[in-house]
Amino acid sequence: MLVYLIRRLFNVAATLLVVSVVTFGIFFAVPKITGSDPALMYAGRETNETALAGIRVKMGFDKPISEQYLTFVKGIFVGRDYDGGTETTHCEAPCFGYSFKTEAPVWETMVDRMPVTLSLALGAAVIWVLAGVATGVVSALKRRTAVDRTVMVGALAGVSLPIFFTGMVAPAIFVYSLGWLDVSNYKPLTEDPGAWLNSLILPWITLAFLFAATYARITRATMLEVLGEDYIRTARAKGLKEGVVIRKHALRSTLTPIVTMFGLDLGGLLGGAVLTETTFNFQGLGTAAVAAIGQGDLPVIMGVTLLAALFVVMANLIVDLLYAVIDPRVRLT
Amino acid sequence: MTAPLHDTSAETPAPVSVADVPAKAIEGRSPGRIAWMRLKRDKVALTGGMVVILLILVAVFAPQIVSVLGHPPNEFHEDLIDPDLGTPIGSFGGMSSEHLLGVEPTNGRDVFSRIVYGARISLVVAFLAAFVSVAIGSFLGALAGFLGGWVDGLISRTMDLLLAFPQLLFTIALVSVVPNSLWGFEGSGVRMGVLIVVIGFFGWPYIGRIVRGQTISLREREYVEAARSLGAGRGYILVKELLPNLVAPILVYATLIIPTNILTEAALSFLGAGVKPPTASWGKMLSDAVPIYQDDPMYMVVPGMTIFITVLAFNLFGDGLRDALDPKGS
Repeated sequence: MLVYLIRRLFNVAATLLVVSVVTFGIFFAVPKITGSDPALMYAGRETNETALAGIRVKMGFDKPISEQYLTFVKGIFVGRDYDGGTETTHCEAPCFGYSFKTEAPVWETMVDRMPVTLSLALGAAVIWVLAGVATGVVSALKRRTAVDRTVMVGALAGVSLPIFFTGMVAPAIFVYSLGWLDVSNYKPLTEDPGAWLNSLILPWITLAFLFAATYARITRATMLEVLGEDYIRTARAKGLKEGVVIRKHALRSTLTPIVTMFGLDLGGLLGGAVLTETTFNFQGLGTAAVAAIGQGDLPVIMGVTLLAALFVVMANLIVDLLYAVIDPRVRLT
Repeated sequence: MTAPLHDTSAETPAPVSVADVPAKAIEGRSPGRIAWMRLKRDKVALTGGMVVILLILVAVFAPQIVSVLGHPPNEFHEDLIDPDLGTPIGSFGGMSSEHLLGVEPTNGRDVFSRIVYGARISLVVAFLAAFVSVAIGSFLGALAGFLGGWVDGLISRTMDLLLAFPQLLFTIALVSVVPNSLWGFEGSGVRMGVLIVVIGFFGWPYIGRIVRGQTISLREREYVEAARSLGAGRGYILVKELLPNLVAPILVYATLIIPTNILTEAALSFLGAGVKPPTASWGKMLSDAVPIYQDDPMYMVVPGMTIFITVLAFNLFGDGLRDALDPKGS
């Protein structure tokens, strides 16, 4: 178990290393090939050659790419100093550098944006897992009935609808036509829990609908397959109540692929629910990254990409550890 | 196999084939024919398939269709716009016999012809990206499954790694750093090329995993052993023995990856990383609709429903194809 954990953590580190090298390579090497100058991206258009030279020294653009990369990684763990000629700026660890555009520390920006994405993703996740698994199980148990057909048609529609379309349809129906809800920008939980909930209900429903549809389809298919297994027949043959067979035996193996998917999906969303945040005009990690890409704000892009990758690999690790709990056949070696 | 023992009678389809067959001589059916016969019975999947064919025809004959039924996609019709509100004059977003799906807010371009031309972008990107994913994924997946050892280790780790990448962000980023003209192509051509390569590249691990798993289970089958004992080489076994059995899962996956690609392309256009204006694209139309959909809901509904119907048709057909090719199916 301990050996397994160490090996997996080593894998996590290796993955993050590769992701960071590739991201760094793309954003700092491609501009060189295409002839754009990171110093110019930092300074904006109205500047002179002396200022540019100063920026190059301060940000380290004059050094070889490999050295710039090492300084960047070192900054994350121990912090780094920016030599501005007359004065030196120290950036505390974890230092992801400063935004080219706002000059704000990237780490602080990410910490600021995190609650928005976190609230959005976690709330939606609770809804979609409960709704998706429940409808999938009911659909499987009531196979080939009207209930099953209705659920499956709904689920198929759900996976075929783009979220940036439902994100407009939902307010059009619930806010502007029925007047049940009102639309607002994200409000922090710590300031006003009621307003927080109110600002999140529509985004949650929109995001959860998409995922619940996928989960219902997978749950139904897996459940039907499991119900055909020999051990379910055995459980029934030894006289267990149907409810026990379903809950204790069938549901447990049905959950295994669901847990895998859930890890990947939630991990992916925590790094920025780009489309949902954009549609509802939420200032989360995803919109921060998209804005940064549009402005060529390299440090912010690097930071969010790395954070997003960290979420995905950590979610995967947790899922694999959970396997040992859910599925008694799994041994971690 | 593990057929469900409970209540199978209700699930057995009406014995159509049994009733039809007796008059004829018994003949062997190839797996392909069995699949086709099943697919022909699946009306829902066939409908999906027909919509797909229709959409492909629309994309191919876009100029002809537009010259008969619409107006050039980039022609402005400001006279059809309410100068105060910026929305189209008339109900339903300015729908009329002249402009079948209405006109765009602000500058009044014909929505119908932009939808028709948008189909070209959407389908070309989705199909070619699927082709890229399938080509890389089947090759590397089969190689990993067949050879095992360090080759498998390397390919599997690469797939895990790619799945950990924040794909949407990366795609937007890559699209934005690629210059406007490249190798003699310019503007939207370059963008489409980049979209195809990047979407296709991030899609291959999904099919790679499926093909690898299939190859591993097929590798140990008796017929492969028989071929090996007859002295067949690795290349022969891979191409002649394994590949024909991999065609079905690859085909199913290819049909199901296309709708995903359509959604990805639309999402990228929505975020401003798709083809460049004025080229028409469904996702861009939706993002243009964001600020004005309360006043002109039709401009949001038309491209949204177009994407929905397209993706749904591909999904219905793909689901049907998967059921038809399933050897365990009835």
